[in-house]
Amino acid sequence: MSTPALSTRGLNKNFGSLVVASDIEIELPQGVRYALIGPNGAGKTTLINLMTGMLKPDGGQIQLGGEEITALGPEARVRRGLVRTFQINSLFPHLNPLEAVTLAVCERQEVSRTWWKPITAYSAEVDEAYGILKTLMLAQVCYRQTRELAYGQQRLLEIALALATRPKVLLLDEPAAGVPRDESAELFAAVTNLSQDITVLFIEHDMDFVFRFASRIIVMVGGRILVEGTPDEISADPRVREVYLGSAHHG
Amino acid sequence: MTSTDGALAGPQQYLRAQQRWRAIEIVFWLSLLLPFVVTPNYLVLASQVAITALFALSLDLILGYAGIVSLGHAAFFGFGAYTAGILSKHGWGEPLTGLLISGFAAGLLGYLMSFIIARFRHLALIMITLGFGFLLLELANSLGWLTGGADGLQGVKTWPLLGMFKFDLWGVTSYWYSLIVLFILFLVCRRLINSPFGLSLRGIRENAVRMRAVGAESRAHLQKIYTISAAIAGIAGALLTQTTDTVSLGVLNFERSADVLVILILGGAGRLYGGIIGAIIFLVARDQFSGINPQYWYFPIGVLLVVVVLFLPNGILGGLAQIVESERWQRWTANLTPWRKKP
Repeated sequence: MSTPALSTRGLNKNFGSLVVASDIEIELPQGVRYALIGPNGAGKTTLINLMTGMLKPDGGQIQLGGEEITALGPEARVRRGLVRTFQINSLFPHLNPLEAVTLAVCERQEVSRTWWKPITAYSAEVDEAYGILKTLMLAQVCYRQTRELAYGQQRLLEIALALATRPKVLLLDEPAAGVPRDESAELFAAVTNLSQDITVLFIEHDMDFVFRFASRIIVMVGGRILVEGTPDEISADPRVREVYLGSAHHG
Repeated sequence: MTSTDGALAGPQQYLRAQQRWRAIEIVFWLSLLLPFVVTPNYLVLASQVAITALFALSLDLILGYAGIVSLGHAAFFGFGAYTAGILSKHGWGEPLTGLLISGFAAGLLGYLMSFIIARFRHLALIMITLGFGFLLLELANSLGWLTGGADGLQGVKTWPLLGMFKFDLWGVTSYWYSLIVLFILFLVCRRLINSPFGLSLRGIRENAVRMRAVGAESRAHLQKIYTISAAIAGIAGALLTQTTDTVSLGVLNFERSADVLVILILGGAGRLYGGIIGAIIFLVARDQFSGINPQYWYFPIGVLLVVVVLFLPNGILGGLAQIVESERWQRWTANLTPWRKKP
């Protein structure tokens, strides 16, 4: 079996007496579209924070493509290809999308250290940024300040920024949160159509989207992984029905 | 610059248009030559303005672009001023090399400070820079044998510029000298902010957390810009020493740090020209108002500051830019800017 794109072993995290991650064991094979589901407070975002290094685990290991990354900071993980987006938009309000994505491309290429050459000298980087914006249907608004964009467009820009770093593993924290349903479908279609070199894990509450776009599903409850499997296995699993699917609300 | 029509231009074309020299910029720089003809009695003031503008420009790099708040930037200005003065006092009064050495010395001090600066933000940063400013002031005060202490540094004598142009009483050489140095360093800054590095600085100002999530080397960027800013502030300080042949503790005091902040906020931070416009308004106002009432000249400055911050949160230049970017203005000038034209 080939090395998983991302794996965790025995990951633990407590906030005081509150257990937010308990013995998390995950293996994400390359190219898979994973959904991470679970009721509110199950520890989904915490898990993303742990994997990307924004939180330090109390114990356990994280490996990216077989490389041990537990001790690395968030920036170093991004440079190795482990990238996330945010549940609440975290963008550059006074930059336009072209500038923002070009910035991310330049950081990846390490040309952002250069201060004596104008950005126009880096046409390959600018074109790549523009290309990413185009695939996410943002080319038409790419000269407008980010804060003026529609909410759905800002959600797409979140993904565009992540793609600019050329991720190997992309962790999307509720990418469609707050986006109207028809636009969400487009957004998820764009995500699942990404290159098979990219492994995707997304948090999502809408079960329709989860079952439509995920090839495998992880269910978390109370800081633990309850079960992991294909959409069919998950929907047939009585434990999942009990704690999650059977409950009145879908979050 | 935001325009819906602009989306029709290619990204390269758009970025080139953003970075192009505008007619108004050229007019502005040419107008800075006017004092030679129109107000030849005010050239001493004019060189003060140019020096202060350069100092404000250095603060703009860190505050307006990278979002580093500083209430102690006079530390670098003063360090450069004393370096140039002490050099001259001990026998090296050549202005150009003096300028370079002072800039280098202040840059070195800035680099050392940057290891602390890059780790903090907001209030902590204000306190650290403020404390650092006080520290340097008291150091200069107590090292009387080196700095002359409270009496100021005596015996500074700057040699003629290029061996030809003596620094005269009317400030002709001083203004030429300060203006040319300001212009050259302005060109450097303009290039810097239009570079990939400049873009990353704006990214740090806009959202430091997100910068980490795109894998940016934010800390290295902050250290670099802080060093560059300190060097430019030091050059401004050295200019003051060389054009006045004196150095007093005033170059390091808190008021100078506060004034330059006020100047930048008045003019508009993050716009390169903000510091220059602010310096002109501030120093001309001080000159005029202190003529009327030497004791209370801060009063009108205070009123101006409150009015500007209330009604033009992005400074005077920010307010002007808002007008220029308004729909009506855009329609009016659409014919003058071909790249924005609809096909």
